[in-house]
Amino acid sequence: MNAASDVLVIGAGVIGAATAYFATQQGLTVTVLDKGLPASGTSSACEGNILVSDKELGPELELTRYSLDVWHGDLAEHKRLWEFESKGGIIVASRESSLASLNRVMASQAGYGVRVDRLDPDDLRKAEPHITPDALGGAFYPEDCQVQPMLVAGHLVRLATQAGARFVADTPVSGFLRSGDRVTGVRTPRGDFSAGAVVNCTGTWAGQLAALAGVSVPVLPRRGFVMVTEPLPPMIHHKVYAAEYIDNVGSSDAGLQASPVVEGTPSGTILIGSTRERVGFDRTVSTDALRLLAGNGVSLFPFLEHVKAIRHYHGFRPYCPDHLPVIGHDERAPGLWHAAGHEGAGIGLSAGTGKLLAQALAGQSPDLALAPFAPARFGEQALNSTTHREEATA
Amino acid sequence: MSAALPGTVEADVAVVGAGPAGLAAAVASAEAGAAVVVVDAGPQPGGQFWRHRPESVEPDPDGKGHHGWRTYRDLRARFDAARHSGRITYVPGQQVWMAEKVHAGFVVRTTPTVTAGPTSGTADGGSTVVARRLVLCPGGYDRQLPVPGWDLPGVMAAGGIQAFIKGNGGLPGKRFVIAGTGPFLLPVAAGIAEAGGQVLAVLESSSPKAWLPHLRAAAGVPEKALEGVEYGAVFARHRIPYRIRTIVTEVLGTDCASGVRTAKVDAEGRVRPGTERVYRDVDVVGFGWGFTPQMELPLSLGVETRMDADGSLVGVVTERQESSIPGLFLAGEVTGVGGATLAVLEGLTAGTAAAAAPAPAAVVPGLRAMARHRRFAEAMHRAHPVPAAWQDWLAPQTTVCRCEEVTAGEITAARDDLGAHHARTLKSFTRAGMGWCQGRVCGFAAACLGAGPGAAPSIESLSGAAKRPLAAPVGIGELAALKNTDD
Amino acid sequence: MSANTSGNNPSGTPGEVTVSFDGRPITTSAGQSVGSALVTNGITAWRDTRKHARPRGLFCGIGVCFDCLVTVDGAPNQRACLVEVHEGMEIKGSSEPNVPPLAEPEGGRK
Repeated sequence: MNAASDVLVIGAGVIGAATAYFATQQGLTVTVLDKGLPASGTSSACEGNILVSDKELGPELELTRYSLDVWHGDLAEHKRLWEFESKGGIIVASRESSLASLNRVMASQAGYGVRVDRLDPDDLRKAEPHITPDALGGAFYPEDCQVQPMLVAGHLVRLATQAGARFVADTPVSGFLRSGDRVTGVRTPRGDFSAGAVVNCTGTWAGQLAALAGVSVPVLPRRGFVMVTEPLPPMIHHKVYAAEYIDNVGSSDAGLQASPVVEGTPSGTILIGSTRERVGFDRTVSTDALRLLAGNGVSLFPFLEHVKAIRHYHGFRPYCPDHLPVIGHDERAPGLWHAAGHEGAGIGLSAGTGKLLAQALAGQSPDLALAPFAPARFGEQALNSTTHREEATA
Repeated sequence: MSAALPGTVEADVAVVGAGPAGLAAAVASAEAGAAVVVVDAGPQPGGQFWRHRPESVEPDPDGKGHHGWRTYRDLRARFDAARHSGRITYVPGQQVWMAEKVHAGFVVRTTPTVTAGPTSGTADGGSTVVARRLVLCPGGYDRQLPVPGWDLPGVMAAGGIQAFIKGNGGLPGKRFVIAGTGPFLLPVAAGIAEAGGQVLAVLESSSPKAWLPHLRAAAGVPEKALEGVEYGAVFARHRIPYRIRTIVTEVLGTDCASGVRTAKVDAEGRVRPGTERVYRDVDVVGFGWGFTPQMELPLSLGVETRMDADGSLVGVVTERQESSIPGLFLAGEVTGVGGATLAVLEGLTAGTAAAAAPAPAAVVPGLRAMARHRRFAEAMHRAHPVPAAWQDWLAPQTTVCRCEEVTAGEITAARDDLGAHHARTLKSFTRAGMGWCQGRVCGFAAACLGAGPGAAPSIESLSGAAKRPLAAPVGIGELAALKNTDD
Repeated sequence: MSANTSGNNPSGTPGEVTVSFDGRPITTSAGQSVGSALVTNGITAWRDTRKHARPRGLFCGIGVCFDCLVTVDGAPNQRACLVEVHEGMEIKGSSEPNVPPLAEPEGGRK
């Protein structure tokens, strides 16, 4: 039997790392388990987005804004550890119709206090000299940021352990310890770990862990490919995406979709993202996805046609049917908490999620109400959607 | 050279690579009646082992400095004859960037190796090969261990020096030091001397005594002993000092290599104090620590792997060289580093079996010879290990990843502070292996550093270091123009 | 494509090929790699690294390491160890990663 702790975090991706970090800040004793090493799942297979620009009005936008404050506040002193860049995002419209929708979205977001500036074609070319000549205009979101997500997870785990947390790698959870209804810990090949609260931060695999506790959390994988170019001098200065991206984020269409999202990185490579398709945990490389990414990248930045791709990667974004994350205590299994299902926004939302959850775990009333993210909100019908859960192969 | 490349080629058997294994596989498949496509990154057949000057300049090379040249001539004549009769379609100058398993067999997608010079492909000149069976013979390259100063110009892979001589007919400098471990250092040094260069020393970290427990296995391949005698004569003629239990501890120089500092080591590779020595006025330092098989294509297809006696990740194959993926055959270094003679035997076996599949070829002729060569290779690997203490040679500021300029100190910090014990996580945290070469050069060293001093990396870590979803850089314009052949 | 491998050299010496490196003419022989042409002319480094501006030249010699990248006849990031020279070839080293060719003037392509 391992030493008991107040909080047992399962999963050392960005969500688990942030939860562990903020729990130690609350003075709680924390143990973190991961079936592998930190940032081995979706955190290492995404783009490190901290975006305001793509959010729909409602609870997610509120969580986004709260999270942004945490990045700039509580976590500000660590910015350099994870290559935090306040680069700003630009949405580009290349068709009259998409320009019209973009203008509508901008107006509505501005009404909610999102900072956004309209870019006419000249402004756009000043901001991004190599943008397609087809661009009709765009929107600039100065609050959009980027981080290196693996470093976020790695350093938050390290900072948590420096504050007294214990991290145990290569430790998959095989079952839960119960006392009556109550969840009191987990079973692993390295022995049992007991805790006052067990927090499920296993991202795309959260539904499977929840099932071990007999509750349904309908988190499903959505596969996304990202292509990486050869290193170049700075050619792209913001996170640049096409207006259609906003539509795809909330889409429930199972088929392959891709909208151009192109950005430079501090290392000189350019990331071209991102496809979205619902194919379970299929890791087969899809030439269709590569072709779509390449074509879309070139349509935004024509110079990319003459650039080489040197690798690509894919990850499984965890999403729920209503495209909101699951955050909070699960009253169906007292003692079990969840923080998962952040879809393509997990990096950006991790800071806020971790801080809010830590407040709740410490018995405080969280700065932002967690009700919209309640784990039990899907009701019993959700059980059916998880019965055909795909097998995890990660 | 490559006039009009076919866009899509269909065949019974696709062979990737035209070195010893690939040539043999192609010839065996074609002679067994299969329609064969051979894709090779090089502009002409031969691979690394039988690399020779461009045939446009020297149409009839004499094979000077080559081993097994008669075997090459024989395979090449049969290869040319099969091309002539239409049994073999040859696609040179193309690198495979992706191989996929599809319902009908395999799809291999290629991109030009170079897009400049007389052997260049055109910018959009990739091709697609669809074949029922696939034989992968991608070979390997020198395994490297970083050491202070190894990123200076003038430091080369030992095999790179040999390739330079074979391919260009000249030398990349005048005064050489060759260091590392294994019998391969001998032909490199001999080749330099025969081409007119001066080899100041060959530094071998191991000792001939390390062969003692393996003499039976060594005696199974007497031609290797003969080769050794041959090199001995060359070394004597050119007065090349051969220093055992000696390593380069530092390459000296500011903007290019100018010398090396060396030291004696014990059997574990620990430096013996007071044995330092300096060689000055060195133009080229060659390093070779065995070989790394090119595993990205087999890994991308999901073959079962194992760790070989030399610590390399290799593919598991049957007697017929078939991998765990039905219809996918492996031959040469990707099934275990064992030299050209073994590679040819494996290629012949794989080619014959691939032509016959799914009906199994009744008899596998070269089995006993292959077994002898494998025992020899294992003895060689055990006698010439990567020294257990090599990580002690590094300074924190020593570059490990040459592409992304990641230092040993950054890697050990990620290991110790962030828990990055595997190559994949190290890559995420430090960018070691994220650059142009995608970890081909530093992958082994980074995996060792992740495991910690004296420890061997796990097979998962090696596998993480060797996975490359794009097996070669490919133009984004080419990708955008891809056609869907999946169905 | 291989038409000008050996013939067509102004110097007249059979097999001799003149190429330029950063605008400066250098002489080599037909069939040499760009890397060989440079090294045998005493040029051992032709690229600076991105992060610390360290010099780089030939290393693996067989197309694996990408240390020897060079711009050849306007084509960026070619491996010097793999590209064969031809008469009049323009070779450029770089202290910066190579900028890809940008969009041609309007109406220039397609």
